Order: sequence, then C-alpha cells, then structure tokens
Amino acid sequence: MKIIESLLYTKNHEWVRVEGEEAYIGVTDYAQHAMGDIVYVEMPEVDDELDAEDGLGVVESVKAASDIYSPISGTIIEINEELEDSPEIINNDPFDAFIVKITISNKSELDELLNAEEYKAYISEIEE
Amino acid sequence: MRDYNKLIKECSVKGRVGYKLPPLDVDIFDYKEYFGEDVLRKEEVDLPEVSEFQVVRHYTNLSLKNFGVESDTYPLGSCTMKYNPKINEDMAALEGFTEIHPLQEPETVQGALKLMYELAKMLEEITGMDEITLQPAAGSQGELTGLMITKAYLESKGLSHKTKIIIPDSAHGTNPATVTMAGFEAVEIKSNQNGTVSLEALEEVLDENVAGLMLTNPNTLGLFEKDIFEIADKIHQLGGVLYYDGANMNANMGIIRPGDMGFDIVHLNLHKTFGTPHGGGGPGSGPVGVKSHLIPFLPNPSIIKKEDVYKIKDTYDQSIGRVKTFYGNFGVLVRAYAYIKTLGRDGLKEASQLAVLNANYMKERLKETYNLPYDIICKHEFVLAGLKNSIEGVNTIDVAKRLIDYGVHPPTIYFPLIVEQALMIEPTETEDKESLDAYIEVLLTIAKEAVDNKELLLNAPVNATVKRLDEVTAARKPVVKW
Amino acid sequence: MHPYLPHTKEDITKMLEVIGVDHIDNLFDDIPKNIRLNKELKLDKSKSELEVTKLMKQLANNNVTINEKVSFIGGGAYNHYVPALIKHLASRQEFLTAYTPYQPEMSQGTLQAIFEYQSMICELTGMDVSNASLYDGGTALAEAVFMANHANKKKDVLVSATVNPQYKDIIKTYARFKGLNYIEIKESDGCTDMENLKDLFSADSSSVIIQTPNYYGIVEKGSEVRTIMNSFKNKAMFIVSADPTSLAVLEAPVNYGADVVAGEGQGLGSPVSFGGPYLGYIAATKKNMRRMPGRIVGETVDKDGKRAYVLTLQAREQHIRREKAMSNITSNQGLVALMATIYLATMGKKGIKEVAIQSMYKAHYLADKLCNIKGITLLNSKPFFNEFVIKTKVNAKMLYEVLIEKGFFSGVVLDDHQLLVCATEVHTKEQLDSFVKEVEGIL
Repeated sequence: MKIIESLLYTKNHEWVRVEGEEAYIGVTDYAQHAMGDIVYVEMPEVDDELDAEDGLGVVESVKAASDIYSPISGTIIEINEELEDSPEIINNDPFDAFIVKITISNKSELDELLNAEEYKAYISEIEE
Repeated sequence: MRDYNKLIKECSVKGRVGYKLPPLDVDIFDYKEYFGEDVLRKEEVDLPEVSEFQVVRHYTNLSLKNFGVESDTYPLGSCTMKYNPKINEDMAALEGFTEIHPLQEPETVQGALKLMYELAKMLEEITGMDEITLQPAAGSQGELTGLMITKAYLESKGLSHKTKIIIPDSAHGTNPATVTMAGFEAVEIKSNQNGTVSLEALEEVLDENVAGLMLTNPNTLGLFEKDIFEIADKIHQLGGVLYYDGANMNANMGIIRPGDMGFDIVHLNLHKTFGTPHGGGGPGSGPVGVKSHLIPFLPNPSIIKKEDVYKIKDTYDQSIGRVKTFYGNFGVLVRAYAYIKTLGRDGLKEASQLAVLNANYMKERLKETYNLPYDIICKHEFVLAGLKNSIEGVNTIDVAKRLIDYGVHPPTIYFPLIVEQALMIEPTETEDKESLDAYIEVLLTIAKEAVDNKELLLNAPVNATVKRLDEVTAARKPVVKW
Repeated sequence: MHPYLPHTKEDITKMLEVIGVDHIDNLFDDIPKNIRLNKELKLDKSKSELEVTKLMKQLANNNVTINEKVSFIGGGAYNHYVPALIKHLASRQEFLTAYTPYQPEMSQGTLQAIFEYQSMICELTGMDVSNASLYDGGTALAEAVFMANHANKKKDVLVSATVNPQYKDIIKTYARFKGLNYIEIKESDGCTDMENLKDLFSADSSSVIIQTPNYYGIVEKGSEVRTIMNSFKNKAMFIVSADPTSLAVLEAPVNYGADVVAGEGQGLGSPVSFGGPYLGYIAATKKNMRRMPGRIVGETVDKDGKRAYVLTLQAREQHIRREKAMSNITSNQGLVALMATIYLATMGKKGIKEVAIQSMYKAHYLADKLCNIKGITLLNSKPFFNEFVIKTKVNAKMLYEVLIEKGFFSGVVLDDHQLLVCATEVHTKEQLDSFVKEVEGIL
C-alpha cells in the first residue's frame, strides 16, 4: 500500500496536496484498492463552494459507489477532466490522478488532517 | 443450433415491411402546412425494415438465449420464482379484460371492478389489514406509497418533526432508497448475532424524531423476527408507524399475518407471492394495505361497492393523491385473482408450508459443505456464506457462474450485505423433491470441483451462450444504443 | 394434493427426516404462538381449473369491450393495432418467466431485447440514452422531475396545465413528499401559455414539463419553451412527454432542446387493458445519463471478445446506492417494453409513420364531420394531432350516455359541454361516418 510522505490524509481515504493557497484533492491507494476497477468519477463544477466535509463527488466501480467528502473548505478552481474519459488513471496512480483543485479558505482546517504517519497507523488499525 | 448474434437492426433490408394496414379511406390534407415545418420531424425515424417472419425468428432466437422458471430451477432469493400457472395467462388474455378502456363508464366495466374489489378484500384477509389499494405498480412503488401515507399521517397529527425511518442492515436496498424518495431520512441499525433486529441497537436510535421502521418478516436471511411485538411497541410508543415489506410473504400465507403482528402498513409483491410472471423484470404489482387509522391517506381513487354496483371514487379525504395512472397493473391483478381463487385458503397455506419445507431441506443438506451462518429453522429462504472449504481465489461469484454450466439458475448472490460471500436460496414450493436434490447435487459437485480443479469455477460458464462479460468497460465507456 | 404443489406425503416425510423434525408444523415453532393465525383464512377453498375458468369468464363477460362498441376514448390510453405476433413472442416462457437479468450469461435474450428497446426509444426521441422502462407515463414524468432536482438541487417544478391530469396528479404527489413545489403553467387556447411561463420561470425553477401532443391533442411548440428557458441560465431541465407514435411525424424533442423525454408507451403494441400494465419510457441526453432511474443495458464483450449485453451503470441503483440511489425502482415493466420492442421492429420505419399519419387523418376527418353538425364546434383553434376537444351545445355527459346506447364510447367527458375525442388507424371511415350520423341524430 503506497502512502506518500508529503501529503495530508483523511480517515475517509482522501489525500490533500497543499500548494501555497491552493490544494489538490484525490483518493488514496488504499481507497482505489478497496474499490477495484473505477468506472466513473462524479465531480463538482468549477466555482462550486464547499465547506469541509461537504460531498465532493462520487467514485464508482461496477458494483459499488463511494462518496468523497471535501477535506477542507474552499472554492473549486479546477476539476481533473481526464477522469471523465479515463477514470482508470486513479487505479493506475491514485496520487497523481487528482480529482479537484481547490482554494484553501481556512488554513487551520489543515491541522485537523492526518499526516502520512498517522494515516499509516489508521490503515493498520482498520485492517486488523 | 447455430450461434445467433444479430441485432434486429442488422436484419434490416431497405424496402422490407413486417405489417400491413387497411388502405387509408378518409380525406387527406397538407399536414405539413397545417402544423408548420418547425414542429415536424426533418429526418425519418430510422427503425428496422424487416419482414414479419424475420421478427418472429429474431425474437425466438433471443428467447433461446434466456432462462426462465420453466427452464429449470431458479432459486433466486427474495424473488419467489415459483411456477406461473398457465391458466392465469389465458384468463388475463380474455378479451373482456384486455379490450376495455380505463376511462369507460364504470357501468360498462362492472366485471373488472368486481375483480379488483374482491381481490383487495382477499388480500386484506391474507394480510390482516383493514384496507388495500391496488394502485402501486410494483413492490418499490408500494414502499413509496406506504411511506407517503406515513408522512401524510404524521403531518396530520402535527408531527412533521418525525423524519427518521429505521431500517435493519439486512434490508432490501429499496427500503433506504424509498425513504429518501419520500423525503425521510434513513437510519440503519445493525442486526444481532442471530441475524435479527438487535433491540439494543434499536433502542439507541429511538427518539422523538422516529417516524417509523421498515421490516421484512421473515427477514432477508429467511429468519423470523421473534421480537416483533416488542419492536412494534417501541415504535408505536413513539407515535411512529411500522412498515411491513411484503417481499417474503410467501412464507406466511395462512400462517401469520402482518396485521396481527403490529404492522400498520404492508405492501405485497403479487409477482412474487401470488405467482404472476416476472416478465424479465416486470410488470409487477405492489398493493398496499393499511390499518384503519391510515385509511384516509390512501391514494385516490378507490373501487367501492354500493348496492351491488361497483364505482370508482375519490373516497379518501386526506389522500396522498394519485401514484399511478388509472388503477394499477390490471393485467397482473387478474392473474393474482385467478391464482388465489385456484389455491384457495387451503392451497395458499400449503404453499407457504411447502416453501418453508423446501428451504429447510436444502439448508440441511448443504450446511456441511457451505457455511451456514445462522443454523436454525429458516422460513422460505436461507443464506449461505460461501464454501466451507474456502479455496484461495474462489468466490461466491464463481460458484454462481459454475451453476450456469450445469443448466440451473444461481441463487441471489452477495445479498444480504451483512453476510460475506452470500448465496441466498429460495426454492419456492413449486419445485419438487427431485429438482431440489438435483440442485443440491450440483452445489455439492461444485464444492468438490473447487478443491480438485478450481479452474472449472474460475472459467465458468463455458456452456452458456456467452462467457463472463467485461462489465468494467461496459460501465467506463457505456454503449447503450446501436 | 394440488397441481401446483408437487409434494407427496412420502416426499414430505423424507424431507422432514433430513431436517430432523417430526411434523411440518414444527418448521414454524420459531414463531411465538400468540403471533400465529389460529384459524383458517376467510377465503374460498381451492378450485379446479374448470371452476376458475368459469368464474373468470363470468367477470370478463360482465365488461363491455371496445370491440363491442366503437370507442373514441383516448386520454392517455390508445387503441392502436397490435400485430398478432407480439402476444406469441412475448409469451415465450424464456421471456415471460425470467426475472431481472442479473446473470447476464443466461439472460442474453432479455438483455439484447432491452438494448434494442433503448436504441429504438432513442431513435424516436433523438436522445442519447433510454432506460429499460418505468411503470407508466405519469411516474416516468415524476422520475424525470426527480432527475432534474438531483441535477440542479432546485425546487420549483413548472408543469403545463395541458399535461394529462393524471400525470399532473402523480407529479403533485411525488413532489409534495420530496419537498418540491408543484407550480402549474396556465393554458391558453388549449396550449401552454408562454407568457405565463415567462412570468413563472425563475432562478428557483428546477424543471419545466410539457406534453405534446398535449392532453387536448394539440401539438405544443417546444422550441418556444426552450427559448424562454434559455433567457437566463439556471440549469433548469426541460422535460417533454411525447406520444411515441406521434414522433414518427413530429419533431424529435432533442431538436428543440429537451433534456429528458418521458412518457407513455402503451400505444406501442399493448392493449388498453383497463389501465395496465403500461409502459413508462424515459430517455435523456448524455449529460444526464448517470442520473437516470432504473436499469440500463450496455453493450460489451465476453472473455472471448464476443459481443454481449449486460446491466450497466448500476452504481446509480438502489441495490448499490441504497439511500443515495437515483430512484427506488426495481421491478419495471420489462415484458411491456419487450412488446414495444417487437412492435417497433414489426411496424418498422414505414409502419410507425403510417400509424401516426392514418390516426391523424382519421381524427381530422372525424373532427371536420362532427363540426359540420350544428351545435358542435372545436374548442380550440390550435393544430391537433389525433385527439381533439369538441364543444357541445347539449350536455356532454348526456350525449356520451346516449351514444353508448347507440354503440359508441364517444370520448372522455371533460365538463358539461366538452368531450375529448380520439381516433386511430383502427377506425374505419364507415365507423366514423355512422358515429357522426348518430351524433347528428341526437342533436
């Protein structure tokens, strides 16, 4: 199971990559593994404003659907259009295949997220 | 037989026709000018051009790629795939039933209205409810109707704050989906180790916002919810409504009645319990029955009887309104009526008894080879949890696919969600002992094959018209029309 | 013993032995005694096929069919020609007695038929995707309204007054409990009042629903609705309920900007059957594909690369999405959809158009002749298809009742002086002429 040191994580298996005042959000390797072949990703629209824990979209496999929630509050500035035709890129490289890029409206929310170490510990906990 | 793999569109030959109408015998006019080009079609509808015989041969060939209840055992759990009596098809096809228009004057359709009126009465007796509507088109619509009635009732009592509907985690997916559609909020509770509603888990979610609870009894594990009175009491004390999902009514006819168990609302699936054919997905019929306090909320219109004359009237003064055009899936109602008349009070009870006997017999004979998570008397169905002798890489899906190779239909798989590797088997009463034995033997053979040569399972089916399908690409790059 | 119940006493004994109980009643020992029904159901005893047949025929014979009287009743259920082969093919047990094709390897027949159905519905409507069927025209519209709400989260549902009143009632019911606002757009001369639509259309509008031909048989101008909706951007969806037969002649809704087309498909090969089972169809643009309710079949290949069909996009559905599903629908109207598929294949490109055109010409012939009678006029001036409202000087209900005596179901009585009359290809000139003669006689 791949976990990248420099990212932040949620217990819902989203990752956050902070770049200045903006952040990329995607789902983790653990999540894509659990889902299996991803067939569709429902994404928000650019300019949508989200609060932390608002629904961000849905990741679907053939026989399952998982909601993704926004780890932080902000405004959507980009969605990963490549996912529209090739959702499998999440299976191939979940940490590269971001779902959205969002402005960070409240930096203190980042403190609530897990670091790589904590996320790793969380994974081993739920795997037991 | 040669491998038929054509679409009707691919049979099309320009200029060919499959119909003939009498020549037009009235005056014509320039309709293009009359309507104006802007509302008229510019490009012709591109439907197939085929002869009558081509159509017959094409759809006959398609039918041969299908498997029905009459083909062989079809023990699809929760679906009650029993034999659909032939006489009912003939009766439903009588001109006196098919060639009557729903908006005809009621005096000219007294036979149809009488049939509906009496069917509702018979279903009231079977369920122990006070009044039945035949309007809902299927079980899911029955659920929706029932929850709408619940909401209208609570609103009339000034209890609009009640928004929570409790659902056990073993419930059919339709239950939570319906809750949302009706504008309620679904609250799921865990089952206990016996596979039934956990009273502790229930207690935890009980508060003044509870609008009701939806329950299937016997539940989707085929187990009887013994604590039903206690559950009913708890819900009623909070002013909530107890909803009965009638999907499993085939275990109960003449033995127990939801109306006697504390349920306020019931839906039935006539296509399950009352033997009307499933039609490759429908039509079904989902009558809803209620206790007296909920009668004013039933959908209008209803069929009433006044001095031996049947009428269609808006009788319910606080009705939720209409849920279906006209009066329901009438053709299905005709079949169910004939079915109940044929089996009668004695036959219905015997049918339920034998459905339960068949399920228990299969359960006993399979439990040495397949995991049986709840080893107690079951009702009309039971759920296995995969192979006892678990083999690396072999899953329930593989067992199911291998069953196809043996020419029988797999059970419902991976449901209920609370059982891992679930195989949900509902043999129904119309399967004789020999076919049950044959099905059991196949399942035992497959278990052996899993050990000896698991490739047989993993590659299955090989005897069907197609092998396993690429469902991932189908969902990623959907091709949904030609 | 009963013919549907195969168990002999010996079978039962053997089976109980395996289970390890003495009596079949012991299989119900888990049910507390105070719950059990300790009496017989108050129903008749079982009957033989002969007895049941007699009983059923008595009921059937107590109905007056539209073959005994000439019927001009439409109002949402149409008496079109049904080719004989449909009944024979649809009653093949492989189609009739199967259920939802969850095991695609043994359900290719059903799956391919649905795929063909979807394709032909898309062809008629011009849409990109159709589902496998819904219950009927009314619930199909209600589902379409929910799709719009899913998409834009808005709550105002604008429904034209000219939509079939039963469909309106169903939309009202569904909308009320979902917390949506049902708002009716006024009518003018039997058509959707566009000025009123302009007034009502707002940032809160979730969907606009029209029917064409509408309840009065009049062809609505969908493009005008679209223009009004385009006047400001609010993501509202344009929902059109179209009689599929009429689409052989009338513009495909996609071409005037419909987002969803949903309606009644009974006329495609099913008898009027006292109101059911009918066929709800729904089709949408690609953008809305994943918001569709119910089952959808997709084309794919098997392991050997052979073309095959499978249920797809299932993550929308109740068995996977549970409380977040697009709809709760499970059982649909599969067999009726199959009948529609066979009908569309049989009638084909030419036939569907001939049905539409003959129905239209016959309705117009009848309207013209009726309006030659003093005391009868057309209520509306707008172009109608194969159904129309006449204004009667005499009481419409009285006229209707007298005409039943004379051998005619003359239509749907709308009020004291209005009758909704419909003609299709099944009517002959002779029938039309004799109907006109009888009406003339009464007036």
